Amino acid sequence: MSIETASTPTIRVQGLEKSFKDLHVLRGVDFEVTRGSIFAMLGSNGAGKTTVIKALSTLLAPDAGTATVNGFDTATQSAQVRESISLTGQFAAVDEVLTGRENLVLVAKLRHLKHPKAIADELLERFDLTEAGGRRVATYSGGMRRRLDIAMSLIGDPPVIFLDEPTTGLDPEARLEVWQTVRTLAAAGTTVLLTTQQLEEAEQLADRIAILHGGRILVEGTLAELKRLLPPTEVQYVEKQPALEDVFLALVGKNGDPTIDGADAEGAHPDGTHPKDLP
Amino acid sequence: MTAQLTGDTVTLTGRSLRHILRSPDTIITTAVMPIAFMLLFVYVFGGAIETGIATGTDAATGPYVNYLLPGILLITIASGVAYTSYRLFMDMQGGIFERFQSMPIARSSVLWGHVLTSVIANLISLVIVVAVPLIMGFRSGAGLLAWLAVAGILILFTLALTWIAVIAGLSAKTVDGAFAYPLIFLPLISSAFVPTETMPGPVRAFAEHQPVTPIVNTIRDLLAQQPVGSEIWIALAWCTGLLIAAYLLAQLSYRRRVSQPSPRRRRRLSCPP
Repeated sequence: MSIETASTPTIRVQGLEKSFKDLHVLRGVDFEVTRGSIFAMLGSNGAGKTTVIKALSTLLAPDAGTATVNGFDTATQSAQVRESISLTGQFAAVDEVLTGRENLVLVAKLRHLKHPKAIADELLERFDLTEAGGRRVATYSGGMRRRLDIAMSLIGDPPVIFLDEPTTGLDPEARLEVWQTVRTLAAAGTTVLLTTQQLEEAEQLADRIAILHGGRILVEGTLAELKRLLPPTEVQYVEKQPALEDVFLALVGKNGDPTIDGADAEGAHPDGTHPKDLP
Repeated sequence: MTAQLTGDTVTLTGRSLRHILRSPDTIITTAVMPIAFMLLFVYVFGGAIETGIATGTDAATGPYVNYLLPGILLITIASGVAYTSYRLFMDMQGGIFERFQSMPIARSSVLWGHVLTSVIANLISLVIVVAVPLIMGFRSGAGLLAWLAVAGILILFTLALTWIAVIAGLSAKTVDGAFAYPLIFLPLISSAFVPTETMPGPVRAFAEHQPVTPIVNTIRDLLAQQPVGSEIWIALAWCTGLLIAAYLLAQLSYRRRVSQPSPRRRRRLSCPP
């Protein structure tokens, strides 16, 4: 739209519509995602984020419109689309009865890869789950489950990954871990489409942000572009206080860098995730 | 495609068999109820029923347990398949079902994995259930061929009932709804416990024209080394008919299910009647 996109987009959605009975969840959604970028779809509960993800991952058929993923049409080439993607749904898609390692081996086998055990061990290592690998997932914490969930999605190195509210219900440390994983993925060339209702998440991660509301994309652009939609900055003097998150992470965190002062002069808002901050 | 279906089905069967290995209580629970039934009927009602059967039919009048066993086996299966509904429903509640659906696998392998697991689990339960009457005095002079025929009929019946359970699991809105309870009542209103001749008109008509009676009679005759007659064909027709109908219906509701949003979401968005 704004910057020229050299290559064809990895994800292209045009005029996507979907109704459930009388409820028009999607009323014509259009957007494109460039290869290797992180695209965040922002919206409140019930805005239709999950419906978009499900349509893109061939879990439901739209009423109208088209979507292509990695060059394949979701309606007519669904098998190829499924080869190209991984879905990490809103609720951790792990098998609680199996161990972490068995979950990974299961997915590797279903992706018909050679050496599923080696793949599992490598991912356990990478996601810091080696010790927990032999335990049943039912004993895992929320953060560990999410990590395993994402690890399962990486098996087979799909070029496109959908993350539906990947950090909902996670504590701040686990959230930072997930963010780090997402950044690493994109840096390695994976295209990431994530949905979130946390504004900070979109700010922190996304190359481009789209706001989904009322079944349509209201605005779409980089963070800077979105910020320009509002009147220019008005200089105010505000007493700088550490956000509770900074305090929490400084006291508890091993992952968050414990810099209470400085470093966050721009990004920090006192209450991080309140929608009313950003109209 | 077929090779992929087989491979994926084997992988997913391995997964749900692991579920069973880790909660063997599902197999034990499946076996305990029919065994309790058997004890109750043989040692409590048995004395009264036995005299009735001895006069009422010309069937081989061994101990009552001989008469009872085939029906008990079918009850075992009818209650055992409920776990298939349950496991399928739980898969759909969590995200794992959607993960499988969004992966490049043969989609029907998700169902076949559960179905094969059901057959294996029910066979194990059946072996346990057969062991008890052997202790209680059940004897059969039936040869290997007759036992194989019995096993074949039981597997066919398990498959048919499992696909019915799959429909229940796919269309359930709550865990309780996932159980195909009415199946358990079929053996009760059949020739499983008492001869149908003793029943009043309408009940007898139902009992004689439902699948369990011919299946029970056939298995009973096979174990008692009696000629099975034409009833075996009625039994087989019921089994295959049920199997085909249930399989097709299950495929239909599966297809409807996978192209629609999860029940959680649907319920929030609209109120079904």
